[in-house]
Amino acid sequence: MKIHEYQGKELLKRFGVVVPRGFFCQSVDDAVKAAQALGGKVWVVKAQIHAGGRGKGGGVKVAKSLDEVRQYAQQILGMQLVTHQTGPEGQKVRRLLIEEGADIRKEYYVAVLTDRRTQKVAVMASSEGGMDIEEVAHSTPEKIITVFVDPADGLSDAQATGLASGIGIPAASQAKAVTALKGLYACYMETDAALAEINPLILEGNGDIKALDAKFNFDDNALYRIPEIFAFRDLDEEDPNEIEASKFGLAYISLDGNIGCLVNGAGLAMATMDVIKLFGGEPANFLDVGGGATTEKVTEAFKIMLKNTNVKGILVNIFGGIMKCDTIANGVIAAVRETHLNVPLVVRMKGTNEELGTKLLKESGLPIISADTMADAAAKIVAAVQ
Amino acid sequence: MSILINKNTRVITQGITGKTGQFHTEKCQEYANGKYCFAAGVNPKKAGESIFEIPIYGTVREATAQTGATVSVIYVPPPGAAAAIWEAVEADLDLVICITEGIPVRDMLEVRSRMKAKVAAGGKETLLLGPNCPGLITPDEIKIGIMPGHIHRKGRIGVVSRSGTLTYESVAQLTEIGLGQSSAVGIGGDPINGLKHRDVMELFNDDPDTDAVIMIGEIGGPDEADAALWCKTHMKKPVVGFIAGVTAPAGKRMGHAGALISGGADTADAKLAIMEECGFKVTRNPSEMAKLLKSLL
Repeated sequence: MKIHEYQGKELLKRFGVVVPRGFFCQSVDDAVKAAQALGGKVWVVKAQIHAGGRGKGGGVKVAKSLDEVRQYAQQILGMQLVTHQTGPEGQKVRRLLIEEGADIRKEYYVAVLTDRRTQKVAVMASSEGGMDIEEVAHSTPEKIITVFVDPADGLSDAQATGLASGIGIPAASQAKAVTALKGLYACYMETDAALAEINPLILEGNGDIKALDAKFNFDDNALYRIPEIFAFRDLDEEDPNEIEASKFGLAYISLDGNIGCLVNGAGLAMATMDVIKLFGGEPANFLDVGGGATTEKVTEAFKIMLKNTNVKGILVNIFGGIMKCDTIANGVIAAVRETHLNVPLVVRMKGTNEELGTKLLKESGLPIISADTMADAAAKIVAAVQ
Repeated sequence: MSILINKNTRVITQGITGKTGQFHTEKCQEYANGKYCFAAGVNPKKAGESIFEIPIYGTVREATAQTGATVSVIYVPPPGAAAAIWEAVEADLDLVICITEGIPVRDMLEVRSRMKAKVAAGGKETLLLGPNCPGLITPDEIKIGIMPGHIHRKGRIGVVSRSGTLTYESVAQLTEIGLGQSSAVGIGGDPINGLKHRDVMELFNDDPDTDAVIMIGEIGGPDEADAALWCKTHMKKPVVGFIAGVTAPAGKRMGHAGALISGGADTADAKLAIMEECGFKVTRNPSEMAKLLKSLL
């Protein structure tokens, strides 16, 4: 689960990381009031959406007067902000963060994430702040320093100091950088984060170290025990179909193609998308119905797939293990009837009670195309949607 | 022979009294030598009782002391699953198989750290399979986990995969063309887990009754590439490789907690390229895994 920058900064502040003073606003008037309350001569008007790359897309503006604050807030609120992470349709801006201006001398990058290979927590830092870190990793990997932290030990002063000096933070500000790094690490661990990133972390003219941005991603498996984080969830930032799907225990992700797929198991679902592509088609979604698919679940899955008007055909690929193929067949038949399905449907079922399932589909009188292998299924659905 | 488990393995089921634990324990008991293999259950509140004639003990330590079981399988719900793993490790079992899906990553980080510290301090090493995995099976001998037993046949092909249903898919393909399996192992779809592809490849390499292996991976993480690099210099047997997620977009988590492209070296294409470079026969068609393997024998 992702959260907004202003929420991330609130968390960082709780863990002792210094952030600029600022207010979260949802209207132009509130934005101007926020600027007045902050005082000073420079303010930053920042669009709050979950996607990165907001600055380049025109979602972050520096205002030098209250009139400019008003002007920029008007421009940004309600705009469809397009960034490299939003897709071409962009994301509507509904929230703003109004902050005091910062006296930036130097920008750095710091992040905490879980490293699979060492099974430790990786704390990364770079002198190249404010840039796309993947670009830095690609072109100048030596400019990224990483320390691996055993969760039993935590991030030590020595490790944090090593990172701070390693990325060139001046000696006079290193203690402040250590506080920021340790705060970020503690925040990551205690909130069950999957990623905590500050880009940029800045050095100010007076030697202060501040987090100018905050990007968080949380472990979905842990949401049950972090209610204060879960409360930050913003449904406006999520695909309504994905939200609907999650209510029924379905893992659904919309894609750009025209062949809907309904599969059990994440790996098999990805493989099904791949085989569709291999045969010249494009999947319209990823959809994992999970282990215990009931008739109700299958029907809901069909409804969700069909909300996507690009869908010109559906491929069902089920490996019946614990879940029996006849149960799935009954679910598919009920779903086809209830949704009055009017696009081609190919069903491939393997495993427990396979013959019985196939027989049920055949006897239903519905125009369901049966397939034997995944390749056969993909070839048939690709031909059917052309 | 086989890897990790065989018909003489004695198993403790942690979470035996829950709905999932009961359901699968019964299926495992019905499979091959299961009646003998599934020796004990654990539930501190139901110690002294039994289920399907399997005695329930209060702790793993007591269950292993009473029955001589050396392996455990865990169906405990996510909030208590990491503690259940640790309990089995503290009881010095040989192998723990954690089926539970949805364990917080931090819990897994912490328990893995404790497991490593225990070994570093001279304690006995307990292997962990999973979490969020289907388990493993040695056909016609023993099945520990949630895979459908009937699709398997005894034979000489090893299967290792992160995905449950893709394991079943490849096993069914093998069985259909007359190739049985020595063991089929699901290592699970979580980012922090126990045995990795590489570990299982080592076991298959050393197993005299395995002739060839199908290795199935997914987008995300370095494990498949690590395994391929190890195989390049060590593996003596033919390997067929498949990676799911060629079409998966970056930054979107594909169901499994671990199936997320984050770097750029962890895409399906990148992994397939490394595997091919390291001598695997790779396919982009998941329907062809078994056929391709047969062509190598």
